[in-house]
Order: sequence, then C-alpha cells, then structure tokens
Amino acid sequence: MEWLNALVQGTLLGGLYALFAAGLSLIFGVMRLVNIAHGDLIVLAAYLGLSVTTTLGLHPLLALLMVMPAMAAIGYAVQRGVLNQTLGDDLLPPLLVTFGLSVIIQNGLLEVYTADPQKLNAGALETASVAVGGLSLGLLPLLTFGIAVAVIWGLQWTFYHTALGRAFRAVSDNQDIAQLMGLIRHHIFGLAMALALAVTALAGILLGVRTSFDPSIGGGRLIFGFEAVIIGGLGNLWGTLAGGVILGVAQTLGAKIDPGWQVLSGHIAFLLILAVRPNGLFPRISA
Amino acid sequence: MPDPVLSITGLKAHYGDFQALYGIDLSLMQGEVLAIIGANGAGKTTLLRSISGMMHNGPGQITYRNQDIGGMRADQVAKTGIALVPEGRQLFPSLSVEENLIIGGQIGRKGSWNLGSVYKLFPILKERRALPSTSLSGGQQQMAAIGRALMANPELILFDEISLGLAPIIIKDIYDALPGIIGKGMSAVIVEQDISKALSVSASVYCLQEGRVSLKGASDTVSREDISRAYFGIE
Repeated sequence: MEWLNALVQGTLLGGLYALFAAGLSLIFGVMRLVNIAHGDLIVLAAYLGLSVTTTLGLHPLLALLMVMPAMAAIGYAVQRGVLNQTLGDDLLPPLLVTFGLSVIIQNGLLEVYTADPQKLNAGALETASVAVGGLSLGLLPLLTFGIAVAVIWGLQWTFYHTALGRAFRAVSDNQDIAQLMGLIRHHIFGLAMALALAVTALAGILLGVRTSFDPSIGGGRLIFGFEAVIIGGLGNLWGTLAGGVILGVAQTLGAKIDPGWQVLSGHIAFLLILAVRPNGLFPRISA
Repeated sequence: MPDPVLSITGLKAHYGDFQALYGIDLSLMQGEVLAIIGANGAGKTTLLRSISGMMHNGPGQITYRNQDIGGMRADQVAKTGIALVPEGRQLFPSLSVEENLIIGGQIGRKGSWNLGSVYKLFPILKERRALPSTSLSGGQQQMAAIGRALMANPELILFDEISLGLAPIIIKDIYDALPGIIGKGMSAVIVEQDISKALSVSASVYCLQEGRVSLKGASDTVSREDISRAYFGIE
C-alpha cells in the first residue's frame, strides 16, 4: 500500500512537472527556441501571485485572473522586443540571450522581494484531502493534476482545431512560406510566447501554493521541465504529460527508498530513457 | 497604351557577396501571361523571390499597381494581391490538404476562389482533403500548392517551375488546367525549364542569362535559334 501510495502521489506530482514543461514544449515546437529563462519565469509568476495576494488579499487561485494575463503580456513583449531578434539559423544566440534573461530575472526578484523564502497562502486547500480506497489524496495535488490534463488538452485542441494553431504549425513548418500566406511570423511567435507564459503563470502559482520558493529555485524547475519534455518526446504535448508523470513517479519512488534519493532518482530515470530512446518515448519532431 | 500592372526597372539582387541579378527590366500588362526561361542559376527563382517579397530590394525597383513593393515584407506583398506557387511545392507538412488551402485563403482577399472552386478545379484534392499533405503524390501536391495560392484570390500569380520533378502526363494535366485559372483576368508569371510548355501558355517570353535579360519577345514569333542563343549565350 505504501508503494501504491508513492506511485499515485508521484503521478499527481507529475502534473506539476507537466505544467512546468508545457510552456517549454510549446515554444520549442513553434519556434525551435530553447528558453533557459523558463524556470525563472515560473518563479516570477509565483512572485507576481504573491504581490497580488498580499496587496489585494485574494486567494492565489483567484490571483491567476491577474497573473495569467500579466505573464502573457510579458511574454508577447519579450518575444517581440528581444527574442525575435535572436532567432535564425544559429541556435546559440537565443540560448545566450535567454540565459541572460534568466540572470536578469533572478537578480530583479532578489532586488524587489529579497532572498527570503516565500509561500502563497491558499488556506484550507493546502491541507484538504480525500480518502480513496485507503489512500489519502491531497486536494491540491489532485487539482494540479486535473489542471495539467486540462491545459495539455486545451493546448492540443488549440494546435489542431483553431486558426491560431494552424498558424503555429505553418510557421513551425516553414517560416518563409508562412509569411507568403500573410502570416507575420514575429507576431505569431509573440502569441506563442504569450500562450506559453500564461501556462507558466498557472505552474508558478501552483508551485507557490505547494512549496516555498525564493528567487534562486528557477534553475531546478527548468531542469524538471526539460526532463519531462525530453522523456515525452519533442513536440508531443501528451508525451510531455507522460514525461512529467514518469519523472514524478521516479522521484517519489526514489524518496520512498531513501529521502535523499528523490531528485537523483528522477535524473537517473531521465538518463536511462535518454540512453534507450534518445528521441524520447513519443517523439513527433525529429530533432 | 495602359500602364503595366507590374513593372521592374534595374532590379539588382544579392545573396551576401554574390550578385544574382544585374539590372532586370520587365513589364507585365493586366491579364498577360509572361514566361521566364533560362538555365539553372540564371536568376529566375531570385526574380520571383524578389517580386514576392521573400528578398528585399532597393526602392523603386519593383512597382505593382503604382505601389513600390521592393522593400515590403512577403506578407505585405501578399496582401496587395500577388501569390507565389513556390518551387518544389513547399506545402506545410503538419497541415492537412484542406488546412493548406485554408491557410492560403487566410489573407482574406475577396474573390471567386474558395474551397469549393478549388475542389472543382482539382477534384482529387477534395477526396484527399483530410489527409496530411505529405501523403499526396508529387502532381497532387502541385495541385494543392496552386490551389493554396489561388485561395488568396490574387490578381497576379507567380509559378516557379511547376513541372519540376513531375511525370510528363501530370505536367500535361496541370498545364491543361492553367487556362481555367489564368483566364479569369489574372496576370501570371511562369518560370519554367520546359520551354515548349512555357511558350504554349504565354503571350510573351523573357530569357534570363547570368542575371540579365538576354531575350524578350512574343511567345508565338520568337525563333528557336534566338532562344538557344539567349539561353546558352552562344554568339
């Protein structure tokens, strides 16, 4: 029963990792941009949530109504203002520039919020749980997993059933020909980044409710997100959810054996899958 | 005599240090079909890339309906009513056949071309509309690429090597369909390696050689000797 419990808790944790990863996956899928600042953007969203909840006294989930549009606007502005200029045949400039962004965001957060660990206060939601067949499942992890599934489904639907998704796929396939069809790629890229950071806002708020955070933890969230994307296979959003779940399960099972092994066992699972299936489990884009 | 729809004067184009076009002059009247022939590397595709906005050019070099389009981006040029059928089809592989057509029409220009009329022109595309564009044969892909360009309801359509890599029977089918496309008052520029096909559908012909116009004339009167001379540069 204890192992089953670890398995279920790991799966639910995987939902959070899938949310970390969904934005990365989307950005890479549309514009082949590897965003090193993604983890710090998650933390930025958590801090924006903190500001909204403390100044307005809102519940963190209600704060999403303000944080999601704010992050989307930041995404569009950063993409149009900075990142579009770095995109081209060379993969190095966007890597370097997003690394620089990462440094700027971390230090900006230190300046404004100090290095003290913070937490979003979600009241009773943090400790509420339901009993299912002898297991006690936290309401927050269940909610997180449900949101992750809904987000992945929503992104998938957007990609394959809307004009915006069609534009994303067309620009991803061939930027020059898409431009001939009247699609302005810099605008489409801006919209993709806005959507990705709206998802990041969700991830950041849920992270902040679940655990305490400080400006330095972005790097770790980035790694978890990367691992989920790579395990699942590039460009496949459902694969990203599967990747998040595999990572979460590996971590909780590792922690069950020895609490010190939690993060390590996640990395080991990632390396094993990378060794056996270098393109991930369900690749859609050949890298 | 009325003003030409498209007029190109002294067009120069570069790829980095390499100069591909050395002062091309060309004019196209409303409803005219113009063929451009020439050997590989003569600058034919570069010329179409310049007109369609995929390459930027100096001010005043390309004028379309009294608008200077030389410095415009491809999406801006497309909105003025110029569509390109690119060399090698270049359909979007992640999109279905129908989505490829829809995205061609996304620019929102009004006219007689829509999904229904494209499917009427190429019925095979209707049968395959839900399949990925990669599942089509070469000829069907070419039809989809032509359909995608028509969906924008262009007034000027540019064809880049539509017979390239296709079986002769398919080429014949596509050329048989061309009058139905261009007949509706549309102007067209056809870049083609197959000289007899190019001459058969066009009113006038330009031959390019090493980035310069080496011959221009009416398609029905130009002699084969003149063409060989202009094509290969043999004096």
